Amino acid sequence: MRIKIQRESLVEYVVPELEGATLLEVLNHIKTKIDPSFTYSSGCRSSVCGSCSVRVNEREVLACAHKVNDGDVVTPLKNLEIIRDLVVNMDKALSFNVASRAWLKPLSDTPNLSQEDEKINEIQSDCILCGSCYSACPVYAVNEEFKGPFSLTRVWKYVSDKREGDAKDKIDVIQTDGVWDCTLCNECTLVCPQEISSKADIEKLRMKSAGYGYSDPNFANMNFDGGLSF
Amino acid sequence: MKNDVIVVGAGGAGLVAALHAAQAGAKVRVLTKDYPTRSQTCMAQGGINAVLSHSKDDSVEAHIQNTLKSAHGLASPEAVKLLCENAPEAVEWLDSIGVQFSRTFDAKIAQRRLGGASGDRACYAQDYTGLKILHTLYDKVLASPNIEIDSERYLLSIIKTDDGKAVAGVAVLNKRTGEQEHYFASSVILATGGYARIYNTYSTNSIGSTGDGCAVAIHAGARLSDMEFVQFHPTALKNSSILISESARGAGGHLLNSKGERFVNELLPRDEVARAINDEMAKGEDIYLDIRHLGEKFIDEELPQERKLAQLYEGIDPVFDLIPIKPVAHYTMGGIEVDENSMTNIQGLFAVGECANHRVHGANRLGGNSLLELIVFGREAAVNAAKLAKNNTLKTPSLAKNDQWILKNYNANPEIDFYKVREELGDIFYENVGISREKHKLQMSLERVKEHISNLDKMGVVDSSKIYNTNLIEFLEFKNMLELARLVLNGALDRDESRGAHYRQDFPHEDEKYAKHTIVDFNGVVA
Repeated sequence: MRIKIQRESLVEYVVPELEGATLLEVLNHIKTKIDPSFTYSSGCRSSVCGSCSVRVNEREVLACAHKVNDGDVVTPLKNLEIIRDLVVNMDKALSFNVASRAWLKPLSDTPNLSQEDEKINEIQSDCILCGSCYSACPVYAVNEEFKGPFSLTRVWKYVSDKREGDAKDKIDVIQTDGVWDCTLCNECTLVCPQEISSKADIEKLRMKSAGYGYSDPNFANMNFDGGLSF
Repeated sequence: MKNDVIVVGAGGAGLVAALHAAQAGAKVRVLTKDYPTRSQTCMAQGGINAVLSHSKDDSVEAHIQNTLKSAHGLASPEAVKLLCENAPEAVEWLDSIGVQFSRTFDAKIAQRRLGGASGDRACYAQDYTGLKILHTLYDKVLASPNIEIDSERYLLSIIKTDDGKAVAGVAVLNKRTGEQEHYFASSVILATGGYARIYNTYSTNSIGSTGDGCAVAIHAGARLSDMEFVQFHPTALKNSSILISESARGAGGHLLNSKGERFVNELLPRDEVARAINDEMAKGEDIYLDIRHLGEKFIDEELPQERKLAQLYEGIDPVFDLIPIKPVAHYTMGGIEVDENSMTNIQGLFAVGECANHRVHGANRLGGNSLLELIVFGREAAVNAAKLAKNNTLKTPSLAKNDQWILKNYNANPEIDFYKVREELGDIFYENVGISREKHKLQMSLERVKEHISNLDKMGVVDSSKIYNTNLIEFLEFKNMLELARLVLNGALDRDESRGAHYRQDFPHEDEKYAKHTIVDFNGVVA
């Protein structure tokens, strides 16, 4: 079986055909049996640590969850600085969690959550920060400061939580380079290994923003020349 | 660079320590070899033990007794008491910072039964408990202006004061640049995780569980204890060694042999269940976990990750199929010896989490007690470390600046491929230093490990790049594991008895004579 991997150039490797092998197993084979200088990241090998996300045939996957096929072309995540081979620097992407204040500001008394309360953001709390959504997001081509899908999902997780003490503060900071910059293209949803839809979370954040008196700035800035005049 | 407190490792233990040290007023720097959310803690599934006010038919006293019983005389009653008494507050704290615990119909934190527990005591977040705790802690750390995280820094050594009596900082390798960096502080907390990857692919653990902190600590003059106690988890997927949570058995899952017969009470502590499985396997039986009778609705609600993992990595759907399993190395009870302040014998050097031995797990850890340990002792260590830093003026040591590219120390044209040796080490350990041990095989294994150690200069690093050299990192990790492997073997050979996870078929009973800790330092056995 042959697969190609983006290093300084695209390199083809011939690897043994293993029934049902994951891409990570094949990467491990290349590293330990063919070329120890080949560089990639991995961790739990069970889809929960988010280390081994790469693109295969231009689609974001976890290497440990992708069943490898003859002819697969493996490249690093997009929208991130490449450190070496398949390893990218996540610092900038993760900094948007800080910019979005994606943490709980506790109330003085923790309210009891019901089963329904817990379900509201259960799936959002399954996020493994693999960066697949960040890589798939087309907004970065035009706005490098976009707070991005995983950070905005985290904001939704906290503002929808009954235990959150200052939802408005979070809604305020995601008005700029945030919810209104998303094109709702849904690419983030399609690549998420945890079946989270950041697009849907962003839509919910838009509604929440409207509740705080915010509106779509793109809409406000539109020029209605020739339209009705009041 | 100077800080009040340095935390090495950013899993659950490290992040809890960072939060509490910052809360106590310290300027904190967290150094981690990966990124915080990629640590081993994300793989914890089952839950965190705490007797809460709404827990039925349970008591803190029962939690203490269950823990001590499972520890087989090697736990400290005081430490266990502290652990269990602080458990309710630990869970309340996690709830207050936003952890998505599963709930009961009457809006309480849901609890379930794990092995060796006399009550439904493990608070859980579906079967993603560790993941959700870890990410919530991470978010909370980001909120603190007094905590700085430096990712992708690999721990090389502990820096001490000129008189050698106290810690003064750490030396790390910046993986991205290849530069050695020195960070200074009068308090350093090691939270670097366990060493179960010695068993290589026969471990549930992430590839990062290579015992770096333990190896670095013993080189600095600290002591390690009870290294021979390695817990095997009864149910890992047969092909991939990926964990299937104990909560599957807690909910009523059965263990079956090839004939479809049950052969053990599935809710005994892990050491006993793992041994029963091992005995069946020795008779030529294949072993399966059966959760079909729990039903699809229950499985999707309570055990969604288990279903996903079994489908993805074993190619079966546990709603309809038996899950093929085998026991593999899961948790290392041994670690860096600490006192009641979580401090080592080196002034200012603390340890917490799986890399430390707080004497709460003894010879066999109970499921649900490790997440608890890192919350309770993470705080203890942090408070003590911050206090010590406050009362201490750090004297920066007159350290020779080390600009030499670290790779120069290693053989660039190795005759022996360490990746092959790493694989062999895993095979040897699974075969001879696993669930059932005996003198002759332990001795053979020790000879082999010593041979590998003496051959280390024939191994080395082929990749010459300074930038993100994982060949180098993996070699350094391998060296650490090889060193700890020797200590595990020494401990196992010296202990002519069976106790908890350490089972010697040539000495199948507990012996009062050995009801004590194995404590070692760089020069050998201390006690």
